[in-house]
Amino acid sequence: MPAAIQCRDLRKTYDGKVEAVRGLNLEIQAGECFGLLGPNGAGKTTTIEILEGLLQPSSGQVTILGHTWETHTRELREWLGISLQETRLSEKLSVRETIELFASFYRQPRSSAEVMEELQLGEKADAWVGKLSGGQRQRLAVATALVGNPKILFLDEPTTGLDPQSRRQLWEIIRTFLRVGGTVLLTTHYMDEAERLCDRLAVIDHGQVIAEGTPTELIERLGGHHVVEFAVSGGSDADFLGHSKALPGVDSVRHEDEIISLTVREPHTTIPALLDMVRMQKLQLLHLTTRQASLEDVFVHLTGRHLREE
Amino acid sequence: MAIAEQTRATRLTPPAVPPRLNGRWSGFAHLLLARMRELVREPELIFWIFGFPLLLALGLGIAFRNKPVETTSIVIVSNPGAQEIADMIQRSPQGPSIRAQVLDRTQALQAFHFGKYDLVVEPDGRGGVRYIYDPSRSETLLSRAEVDDALQSGAGRENPVPASSAVSTEPGSRYIDFLIPGLLGMTLMNSGMWGVGFAVVDMRQRKLLKRFVATPMRKSDFLLALAGSRLVLMLIEIALLLGLGMLAFHLRVLGSLWNILLLGTLGSVAFGGFGLLTACRARKVETVSGLINLAMMPMWIFSGVFFSYEHFPARILPYIKALPLTALNDALRTTILQGASLSSQAGRILVLVLWGGISFGLALRWFRWT
Repeated sequence: MPAAIQCRDLRKTYDGKVEAVRGLNLEIQAGECFGLLGPNGAGKTTTIEILEGLLQPSSGQVTILGHTWETHTRELREWLGISLQETRLSEKLSVRETIELFASFYRQPRSSAEVMEELQLGEKADAWVGKLSGGQRQRLAVATALVGNPKILFLDEPTTGLDPQSRRQLWEIIRTFLRVGGTVLLTTHYMDEAERLCDRLAVIDHGQVIAEGTPTELIERLGGHHVVEFAVSGGSDADFLGHSKALPGVDSVRHEDEIISLTVREPHTTIPALLDMVRMQKLQLLHLTTRQASLEDVFVHLTGRHLREE
Repeated sequence: MAIAEQTRATRLTPPAVPPRLNGRWSGFAHLLLARMRELVREPELIFWIFGFPLLLALGLGIAFRNKPVETTSIVIVSNPGAQEIADMIQRSPQGPSIRAQVLDRTQALQAFHFGKYDLVVEPDGRGGVRYIYDPSRSETLLSRAEVDDALQSGAGRENPVPASSAVSTEPGSRYIDFLIPGLLGMTLMNSGMWGVGFAVVDMRQRKLLKRFVATPMRKSDFLLALAGSRLVLMLIEIALLLGLGMLAFHLRVLGSLWNILLLGTLGSVAFGGFGLLTACRARKVETVSGLINLAMMPMWIFSGVFFSYEHFPARILPYIKALPLTALNDALRTTILQGASLSSQAGRILVLVLWGGISFGLALRWFRWT
């Protein structure tokens, strides 16, 4: 059985200058929820639009369910449901009319009423799109993708700009689609979204995959599962950082502004040693927290940058 | 088929409701319906497409309506013989269109200077008269000629050349008759260019075009639906403008309705294609608005909407006649007002077909969906 989505050595150069995607490989199995994670400008949207057949790659191959865009455009269009970043649907059409319009393009669409019910748009069926809230609009965008009864759902930053409740509603919709055997490829720059929703992830930066695996695998690859963050009076010179690295159970040290972060395997052995060191050097502890390592830490570890930095 | 089996395997539970099947034209029908709904729900658009040309026709039709026969007002200075002069004018053939008053000299000159009278007639008391007029006011010149004619023929002058005149106020030759087909052509141009050009770029800017091509929608269906909505509007535009002309201004439509509809269709398609060409690359509605105005400007001026293009120098007339709006206006005018056959308009029809065909072909070649 072929992979749901596969691409090899994908490259995209805009105007012969800007290299948005630089040799990207992915293999996504049917039934998976796969996330492309990366900061703005990492090449996520370019990648997903090439996979969707909306952009021509400069080089490389794409196969979707064992078919290529060159030979099976019409079939692939029937099998794919797509929600783009920031599509503005016609404001003067009602929710029902919009979904019916998109349904009319497919040979065997789902019933619009059923899709509206599933996406909690039933109450708004006759409201104009212009009157919907951000969350409702985003659900409608997903509804126009789901009404074609797709096998694969592509979602480009589906929850960007939504309030927490709307985000959770959308996650539930995606999970429902996965439960009936659908495959999902989504891009996001929200860590928690990727951690909760995705079976596997690829972290993308500068047009390349810099890490791939399940969220747990990625966090484990970071070494420690915990992060200890602290700040001391007198600042953090190179010496002090060296001492911190030598503390028991520390895998890596990062230092940002006044805060020093240690990724550690066992906080209960590292923290007493850290406190001892602070006392012996006659420093004052200004700040101390400890938490579970997250994908954000993985990303910072891999790239030296935060995901949502501009 | 192997593909079908593989893909079925990815879906664990069959859909609860048996899937409905969409026919070949389902996409087209829904696109057309959506387009018409959007139009109807946009009040400003309704005004610009329908209200504006109707108001123009009404306004210009009333302003340039045929006025009642002109009369000229003159004043006769109350010298001896003034009453005889007045009587002689009244008896003359020109009498009904001349209104004469008798006043003393000061009053008469004052009123003349204020423009109340077109001419001062001063009897010299010996059967002769002196005309006082202002050569910079054309109506005083006309008045002098008319009054002089009246006096001379009243006194028994025989005209050496027999002459008679007829007044042309027949429907078919008035300004409103010239105007209505021109306005119809202009309306078809406006709504074709804006209705296609602007709509397409707006959808591109909203990434709706991209969203559409991400579905199995046939691109040809999308373009056909745009054309279809134009044709529906064209029918309404023709009905409204010709209806107004017939009801309010007694416009006489001599050509067959089918020929008018065919020309309207040709015009709509030509300007739709031209509109699509202006829209084929533009990413922003501001860009396409500029392009559309730029493309329409020469036709507003040269194509004989409000006045005949025959006033322009003969050297540029061939270029003017090659413009699509000129061809459409001329064809509509001769068909509506003179009932000309389509075959007699082959040249104009060819101009429309070429403009439509070439711009549509280029538009498709350069068109950017994403």
